[in-house]
Amino acid sequence: ALQVHSLQELRRSASLATKVFVQRDYSDGTTCQFQTKFPPELESRIERHLFEETVKTLNGFYAEAEKIGGSSYLEGCLACTTAYFIFLCMETHYEKVLKKISKYIQEQNEKIYAPRGLL
Amino acid sequence: FLCRCRYLAVQLSPAIPVFAAVLFLFAMATLLRTSFSDPGVIPRALPDEAAFIEMEIEATNGTVPQGQRPPPRIKNFQINNQIVKLKYCYTCKIFRPPRASHCSICDNCVERFDHHCPWVGNCVGKRNYRYFYLFILSLSLLTIYIFTFNIVYVALSCSWSLTFLTVLEVLICFFTLWSVVGLTGFHTFLVALNQTTNEDIKGSWTGKNRVQNPYSHGNVVKNCCEVLCGPLPPSVLDRRGILQQEEST
Repeated sequence: ALQVHSLQELRRSASLATKVFVQRDYSDGTTCQFQTKFPPELESRIERHLFEETVKTLNGFYAEAEKIGGSSYLEGCLACTTAYFIFLCMETHYEKVLKKISKYIQEQNEKIYAPRGLL
Repeated sequence: FLCRCRYLAVQLSPAIPVFAAVLFLFAMATLLRTSFSDPGVIPRALPDEAAFIEMEIEATNGTVPQGQRPPPRIKNFQINNQIVKLKYCYTCKIFRPPRASHCSICDNCVERFDHHCPWVGNCVGKRNYRYFYLFILSLSLLTIYIFTFNIVYVALSCSWSLTFLTVLEVLICFFTLWSVVGLTGFHTFLVALNQTTNEDIKGSWTGKNRVQNPYSHGNVVKNCCEVLCGPLPPSVLDRRGILQQEEST
């Protein structure tokens, strides 16, 4: 609980700081991917490989969310036949992966970015 | 058609009006879903992000002298070995993703923009295209169904003293059929090729010197599956946020 509290405090002070934006990478089509290009502003703040690893893992998660396979077809067809009422009971594959992504981001923030003052 | 129901139910089968009701309810449900769901609107850039992007653009192009309209901002990207230009949207202050377009009626950039449908009262884009397709499909099936059974009724009842209403109904059905089935056929063609109406109108992927559609998988079944049954990304619109006082730039 102490860790979360300090994370929230850091977040409040972060709104006054400069922001660095990671741009989208469209080389693979319209899928949601981010550029692993290292922003020059972070040059002295964090190791290059850590940042690249974070972005690569996130890209992997997003690719998994948008993966078109047998299970996603089944989910789509089942949803259609139940007039999409099934989504009142269960969440879509995409939402499940999004939850994983936010957990991963929280974890990365706590372990890597917050200690370097990069929240 | 409602008047014919009782006759048809008695003469042929009670399942006929029941099926028509089911189709009608399905069409209504998909219509409401298309109208009220977010088509994939890309929210405006936050002031920080807009400033960051402007800085990047100025760094690449150099500052433009006062009074001159800056040239359209384009970034080139490669997708599957083809160059795709990304345009900068002045209203939304973002670089539009490929296949996105700005709708002047909704005043928003929409992902995988298909068209703005006045009948539905909403843009048709990535997130509601499948509902839109199901809507026109069910509507055309319903129209064909009603048209057929109108003819059946006329044939069965053998009454050649056709009332004005019956003739009117048949005529309306026929013209609706023509337009709705035509539209459904057109969209089926687009789905099979994984194209949007916008791309088709502009002729982005057709013509002699143009590149082929990089988003098509080449296989009709795969394209259909991706468009209609693929995963649905959640909405990125902040519906519940309170609008901050806009600072004048």
